[in-house]
Amino acid sequence: MPPDAPAPPAVTVERLVVERGGRTVLRDVSAAVPTGSVTGLLGPSGSGKTTLIRSIVGTQKVKSGTVTVLGEPAGSKRLRSRVAYVTQDASIYPDLSVKSNVAYFASLYGRDRRDAAAAIEAVGMHDHAERLAANLSGGQKTRTSLACALVCDPEVLVLDEPTVGLDPVIREELWAQFHGLASTGRTLLVSSHVMDEADRCDRLLLVREGRFIADDTPAGLRSATGTEDLESAFLHLIRAQDGSR
Amino acid sequence: MSPRITLITAGRILRQLLNDRRTVALILAVPALIMALISAIMEDSPEMFDRVGLILLGVFPFTIMFLLTSITMQRERTAGTLERLMTTPTAKMDLVGGYAIAFGTCAAAQTGVAAAVAYLWLGLDTAGSAWAVLLIAIATSVFGMALGLLVSAFAATEFQAVQFMPVLIIPQIFLCGLIWPREEMAGWLQGVSDALPLTYAVKALQQVQASSDLTAEMWGDLGIVAGAAVVATVLGAATLRRRTG
Ligand SMILES: Nc1ncnc2c1ncn2[C@@H]1O[C@H](COP(=O)(O)OP(=O)(O)O)[C@@H](O)[C@H]1O
Ligand SMILES: [Mg+2]
Repeated sequence: MPPDAPAPPAVTVERLVVERGGRTVLRDVSAAVPTGSVTGLLGPSGSGKTTLIRSIVGTQKVKSGTVTVLGEPAGSKRLRSRVAYVTQDASIYPDLSVKSNVAYFASLYGRDRRDAAAAIEAVGMHDHAERLAANLSGGQKTRTSLACALVCDPEVLVLDEPTVGLDPVIREELWAQFHGLASTGRTLLVSSHVMDEADRCDRLLLVREGRFIADDTPAGLRSATGTEDLESAFLHLIRAQDGSR
Repeated sequence: MSPRITLITAGRILRQLLNDRRTVALILAVPALIMALISAIMEDSPEMFDRVGLILLGVFPFTIMFLLTSITMQRERTAGTLERLMTTPTAKMDLVGGYAIAFGTCAAAQTGVAAAVAYLWLGLDTAGSAWAVLLIAIATSVFGMALGLLVSAFAATEFQAVQFMPVLIIPQIFLCGLIWPREEMAGWLQGVSDALPLTYAVKALQQVQASSDLTAEMWGDLGIVAGAAVVATVLGAATLRRRTG
């Protein structure tokens, strides 16, 4: 590849259809997540964000369509140390300390104690490292869960609503960290159901009722809809979609 | 499958257990105390204690490891850690192997304490070696572990997981020869008993009781228990799904 050719997208979703509990949850969606960026996956609760994320990390049964991550089919064996997933509800062991949780995931990825300590530091949990996860607040659990993913230094990091319920200062720090990772070529896909996070993303995928209603940059979205804030842009798009039915 | 990740997984499960001091104390002390109780009840009939106490050394780790595994695995499934592990380099057999090693170790410790109390303090007498008893107890506990793994797939809650004990464990205990000699049971009950793996653990223990050598019959019965453990483990592993709906 010539040095200035754009890198291929880290994640490509093509004509994906997913059914859950007999209902179609993702309806023929296609999108690409550019390498080395922070892409926001925004949409109301129940719109299909988690389902899309699960399809990308390879834990969701899909009806049809393809999901390709770093050139491989989603969920394939070789991706398992290159893609990390932070679930919506903190998936950590309540009966282990913060340190033991992160050290466990570190060792699964072949990383050592120093990497674990660095990941704990990066999410600001170093003062609580010895505490049992069961005794942490919701935000602290989320950060511990995030550290368990950061510790593998993944090429693709998929985060499902990682900033819900966090202190604004920590939220600010995490977003700065996400952009820091993206600037070193890592790809991040971050879901959120609050539009005020949209402006922090390089690109936005807006999802509603299992369909993408926009795939653009925040600036592009503003000019396309002629609105100033992204909340109104989203509303504008929803009305346009409902009107065209 | 990777031996490294299997051992890391076993280490994590043991650490979870060790963090729960009360459970550790109960696991180690309760079987020994019940042995003491049984020995007191059968004070006037040491031959009876030799028979019943010995069988209990196999029945305890079988039952306890079933309970511990079904609850731990049920939690792992509902807390999202299983889904998360399925996106890491952990293979299904690493997870199952980790459970087997962790709970096998736990059973060895439990049986070690109970057998020490029974042999050294309560005067349990067998012609064969206590080491053979330990070996049989560990194999039986791995069978219990595997059954626990299997039922965790069919239990939506921890409460349901525990309810499988009267279904899968208690009939084996009643029919294995502990509460009534097998030869005195009705023919059809003997037939059912012949089909239950715990029966062979008890037969192996009775061989240790009767013979100072490790008899071929004992190895054959132990082989059946080990085979049942392998089959149940494979079935349990088959219930772990990387992709779910
Ligand atoms: N395990 C499940 N079984 C059946 N339906 C589900 C399941 N999980 C989610 N759904 C449904 O799929 C749709 C999308 O859910 P989800 O992807 O979790 O949305 P979001 O993450 O955007 O809130 C919702 O209508 C939800 O009710
Ligand atoms: Mg969700």
